[in-house]
Amino acid sequence: MSHSKKATLFIKDEARVDWHDKALWFVRQKRDIQIKKIPEWENLRELASQIKANVLSNLDNYLILFEKNAIKNGVTVHWAKDAQEHNEIVLRILNDKKVKRLVKSKSMLTEECHLNAFLINNGIEVIDTDLGERIVQLRNETPSHIVLPAIHLKKEDVGETFYKYLDSEKGAKDPQYLTEVARKHLREKFLSADAALTGVNFAVAKTGGIVVCTNEGNADLGAHLAPIHIASMGIEKIIPRRSDLGVFLRMLARNAIGQAITTYSSHFLKPGPNQDMHFIIVDNGRSEQLGREDFRKSLYCIRCGACMNTCPVYRRSGGHSYSYTIPGPIGSILAPGIDMKKHASMAFASTLCGSCSDVCPVKIDIHQQLYKWRQLILRESDSSFIKKMVMKVMSLVFSYPGLYRFAGKMGRIIVEITPRFIVYNNLNPWGRKRELPRAPKQSFREWYLQNNKVDKDE
Amino acid sequence: MKVGLFVPCYVDQFYPQVAVATLQLLEKLGCEVSFPLNQTCCGQPMANAGCEKESKAAAKLFVENFKDFDYIVGAAPSCVGFVKEHYDILEQSPDVSHVRTKIYDITEFLLDILKITKIDARFPYKVGFHQSCHALRGMRMAQSSEINGASFSMQKQLLSMVEGLEFIELDRTDECCGFGGTFCVTEAAVSAKMGSDRVADHERNGAQVIIGGDVSCLMQLEGIIRRQNKNIKVVHLVEILNGITLK
Repeated sequence: MSHSKKATLFIKDEARVDWHDKALWFVRQKRDIQIKKIPEWENLRELASQIKANVLSNLDNYLILFEKNAIKNGVTVHWAKDAQEHNEIVLRILNDKKVKRLVKSKSMLTEECHLNAFLINNGIEVIDTDLGERIVQLRNETPSHIVLPAIHLKKEDVGETFYKYLDSEKGAKDPQYLTEVARKHLREKFLSADAALTGVNFAVAKTGGIVVCTNEGNADLGAHLAPIHIASMGIEKIIPRRSDLGVFLRMLARNAIGQAITTYSSHFLKPGPNQDMHFIIVDNGRSEQLGREDFRKSLYCIRCGACMNTCPVYRRSGGHSYSYTIPGPIGSILAPGIDMKKHASMAFASTLCGSCSDVCPVKIDIHQQLYKWRQLILRESDSSFIKKMVMKVMSLVFSYPGLYRFAGKMGRIIVEITPRFIVYNNLNPWGRKRELPRAPKQSFREWYLQNNKVDKDE
Repeated sequence: MKVGLFVPCYVDQFYPQVAVATLQLLEKLGCEVSFPLNQTCCGQPMANAGCEKESKAAAKLFVENFKDFDYIVGAAPSCVGFVKEHYDILEQSPDVSHVRTKIYDITEFLLDILKITKIDARFPYKVGFHQSCHALRGMRMAQSSEINGASFSMQKQLLSMVEGLEFIELDRTDECCGFGGTFCVTEAAVSAKMGSDRVADHERNGAQVIIGGDVSCLMQLEGIIRRQNKNIKVVHLVEILNGITLK
């Protein structure tokens, strides 16, 4: 189903859409307040963007350096070319140590690889420990936002979910109570887990260490309690030096949710005593995206999610109306690189207002990339065949002055004389909620010819 | 100073009064203005929908129509911005470069080229200014709310020269109206909801009139207002500067 179809369904419950829109706009406002406290904010954006440009230009060297240093620190490093390889590596590590229960902190990469389903099919119990992710996992849903996975749900929905799966009180909606229920439930899982898997926010080439940012401390609880720590990272997570964190850690939480810094910004360098530590470095289409000049910058992304919070379309259509794991503006420039045909409608789920590009902490030209994807999609995908034909007709009309004037004049006459029920039927998407412009008696051109002494023969 | 008047396709057909006001205003300010009769469309609707290649014909015709003017002026930041930014799809002949550098939105033209400091116009209403995204983040005619920097707006600067005009504050200063070219029909539900929310912001904050600089946004907002029978008028910036009186 296309984005527009799913969005139409989402929008049917207007009160809920308004709530969703306001909840995310509130986050955007918190972000504005925080970033405006930093006079050098725009310089930080530029710096962050340049660091990422440097990383991507030298990615091969940085990755090898990172691997070398990580191995020196006692970490086992794996390389995965795609999702399947990644999932199989995880399973192999778990099977080697006869792991039955895995706790996970938030990792959009493992969502992208559909790791949970794969492991569960192979007999492993998988527990997402980020509160929002646990909620959507219990409901058998996917995250609707990369930072706020359960933003599509109200506290009443969470109460119902916990009543159904965690034996909490019926009808509970007090956030404090619900959080305590989740906390108790998750503690048991943490204490009995055989292995922990975390994502990676930053991988420092020079030290071979990784940084994982959470507000709940769930990555730390998992990784410190379990005898095995697996960290999965995309190849673009590299930063050159630890000091670069002075740029990125200042930006990430501020831009994501209007918080000065994540509550836990945890550095993992080497395995603890009697612990195994594994880093899995995943490509899964990234090097291909790196090779696409127009879309390379999409790999700068630090997954702050601000483009979703600011996007007027995302706020009113919800994360689940996008066909890819990563929704919203950034998802819409990543997804066509994975499967252009499948995710074609995502590139069109934007007014190209550009708010995403201005809010982006690493200055990805998101709306310009959306524009560029549209060009490729219409050129190479036959699913948009009809639309393309319509456009061609429009193009023809606009290319020939005579035709255009005729069509325009006919258009105005048609609007004027046609009965309302024909103009405002369901085939005219504009007219469902809006009136068409009133048809003026004359076009400007006609007025001009009448009121100015011009040679009418042209 | 020979000025070529650029009138975007939908303005010509549906909002001729905006083009009339642009012409009259420029003439009042001493410009020698003519309207090339063969003009059609800048090509943006096709290109934004993913058919940049198909928009080339319209772009070529545009250059042909306007290449001999000192300046090309239109009351449409979105279309003007498209010519400036996206006419790289054409071979960069001297004519193409000339058109791309000498095309101005009316606001820029009044402030940067004619350098006007006063306007003989009166508009005694509470107005909400609807910031078009292409004027904002395309043409950078104002500071967008995402950026940490000094706030400014060229269009509001012009309007503040109008006697009696009072700005109301909006809850969301620069949210998109939801028009978005073909988006308004391909994503009709989201588009209409965005428009409706935008109108509600103006209404909630006591605007009698919504002023904007891009007719496409105004068409969207007016479509919502008329369907919902709201008592708010929609007027283009250039009509105010040209001294419109509301009926």
